[in-house]
Amino acid sequence: MALLQISEPGLSPAPHEHRLAVGIDLGTTNSLVATVRNGISVVLNDENGRALLPSVVRYLADGSTRVGEAAQTVQSEDPANTIISVKRFMGRGLSDIGGVNGLPYRFVDAPGMVQLRTVAGVKSPVEVSAEILKVLRARAEAALGGSLTGAVITVPAYFDDAQRQATKDAAKLAGLNVLRLLNEPTAAAIAYGLDNAAEGLYAVYDLGGGTFDISILKLSRGVFEVLAANGNSALGGDDFDHRIYCWLLEKNGLSALGASDTRLLLTRARAAKEELTEHAETRVTAILQSGEAIDTVLARQDFHDMSQNLVARTLQPMRRALRDAGLKVEDIKGVVMVGGATRMPQVQRAVAEFFGQAPLTNLDPDKVVALGAAIQANVLAGNRGGDDWLLLDVIPLSLGIETMGGLSEKIIPRNSTIPTARAQDFTTFRDGQTAMSIHVVQGERELVSDCRSLAKFELRGIPPMVAGAARIRITFQVDADGLLNVSARELGSGVEAAITVKPSYGLSDTEITRMLQDSSQYAQDDMQLRTLREHQVEARQLLEAVQNALEQDGTELLDETEQTRIRGSMDELRALLQTDDHHAIKRAITRLNDATTAFAQARMDKSVSRALGGRKLTDLEI
Amino acid sequence: MAITLTENAAKHVRNFLAKRGKGIGLRVGVRTSGCSGMSYKLEYADEAGGDDIQFVSCGVTVLVDSKSLPYVDGMILDYTREGLNEGFKFNNPNVKNECGCGESFSV
Repeated sequence: MALLQISEPGLSPAPHEHRLAVGIDLGTTNSLVATVRNGISVVLNDENGRALLPSVVRYLADGSTRVGEAAQTVQSEDPANTIISVKRFMGRGLSDIGGVNGLPYRFVDAPGMVQLRTVAGVKSPVEVSAEILKVLRARAEAALGGSLTGAVITVPAYFDDAQRQATKDAAKLAGLNVLRLLNEPTAAAIAYGLDNAAEGLYAVYDLGGGTFDISILKLSRGVFEVLAANGNSALGGDDFDHRIYCWLLEKNGLSALGASDTRLLLTRARAAKEELTEHAETRVTAILQSGEAIDTVLARQDFHDMSQNLVARTLQPMRRALRDAGLKVEDIKGVVMVGGATRMPQVQRAVAEFFGQAPLTNLDPDKVVALGAAIQANVLAGNRGGDDWLLLDVIPLSLGIETMGGLSEKIIPRNSTIPTARAQDFTTFRDGQTAMSIHVVQGERELVSDCRSLAKFELRGIPPMVAGAARIRITFQVDADGLLNVSARELGSGVEAAITVKPSYGLSDTEITRMLQDSSQYAQDDMQLRTLREHQVEARQLLEAVQNALEQDGTELLDETEQTRIRGSMDELRALLQTDDHHAIKRAITRLNDATTAFAQARMDKSVSRALGGRKLTDLEI
Repeated sequence: MAITLTENAAKHVRNFLAKRGKGIGLRVGVRTSGCSGMSYKLEYADEAGGDDIQFVSCGVTVLVDSKSLPYVDGMILDYTREGLNEGFKFNNPNVKNECGCGESFSV
């Protein structure tokens, strides 16, 4: 039978109506999936008990992919086809990405978003991200025993419209229904229950594998507002590993190592870093390709000294974020720690000193974002009572249009709660003007050239009028995911031209359709795997049921031959369970079912006569 | 008359209750719904109702309303793992038929 979970009082779901919802932290270095089970938010592990899925995708020549550890381990052998940190490319053009020359990929500068040439063809960052999401989706469906109603996916607070749209497209491509995109710091705050705690100002310090983000959140009446976000996109836990690596080279008088030695020492450096969280010193041992053995002891204090300036580099963005928000350190009510690198004692100490209070660290910093997203997904899927208010998010950057002189006219100011809709009236500039070009921009700057261009479209068919007579209403609508629709309408004449705008860095619907078609080949494989799993579960249930029945009534209701026949069918099914031939498993299930039909009938008769035994029909409560 | 928990199920319930931070025990019951007539109710209990009958099994308080009791009496509640999936399994001696997934049943 199905496995049940404990519900909150009065909220047991009706049979077959479980709404399975998950929260996904689609990270630069690692990704995770979490769900609310038995009323508690938990991260779902893979078969090997691992929660973190490295955000690494490797494309093979036959078009198949490897995601996670399997891709990560061969990263240095096949760097061009093994995509790491794809999140940095989401919704970004080639010119937006810094340091492309240092990367091993063959970039294709497609209009809108950069693409990557792999052995399996040209891939968009959206497709690469979708591969990661597909693995998490499969993990979640296996763990929850059904298909997902929807998912909440987290994005950095500073992600603009194009990056958010790209994330949503990736989810769509992975077959996920996105309930909401949620800002990562907001998700972390939810995981700590700050959403139903008191109102106030909170700082979220997120030091991941390769990025550092600091966000200042303001909570008031159920609305999380991102007052300021700052950070360093090239500072993370990996830099701490690198410090230890450099120290090892220096200490052992090494230079110019090969790729595999470098990788070996970086792995050892990482292990040493993690070890020093718990211990005062650690021993680093390795044997290099040359046969040279390394055996060095690293003390915690030495590690702290060598990484001191890395920690110090996180303080500057914190000061800037506070200044941007117009706040003082004393205004901050609580500090949430996110990201595996915040386990390092020297980081925790520095943050505590800066804010004058101990940061919140009792949740696993690697998991906290996914846990918060799962809580939000559970609410959005409708699994909670009606008295819970929904958490509202805000748009991170102002949205507006270009007006005469290349100026930006803001229509929706930043930090407006979403969903929202705002309209503003504009007019024509010249006599007899029949068309108007509308340029949608995002950003806080006054000059359009300093803002990010999201889309351009034209409203045509305006009746000729003197300049200033036409009334053109521009309506901006932002949905709950922070995505934008813009429409324009000439009011005076009744001429109407409403247009939906897609961000120029996102993918068009036709591109998405093409990608979905491309992936249908693998969908076939996925489906076969799913059928196999379903049959395996069915077979195990059947075997268990028959086994129990035989133990209870076997000798009483069946003769030797019948028992042997049933046991034979069971053995056959058991043997087939080890294979992956779902057709054969299904046939064996049917044979076992057929073999036990008469036995089931006999058991039914027996239980009916037992129930009726010694009682009149009228005594029975039916 | 009783409902029992396996030691494994009890361990998980105690753990969940501790993480949840409130609740006096586990509420088990049935209601009429589902394709085979009845379905189980498995919830946290924050307070006892007037017609609740209480059992203690492996240190966990189990509450059953008196109407549900005949349908779940003698039941053993286990916690199992099937692949990546895990959860509570009801071994109910009263069940005569159940739907394919076992989420609803008849007696």
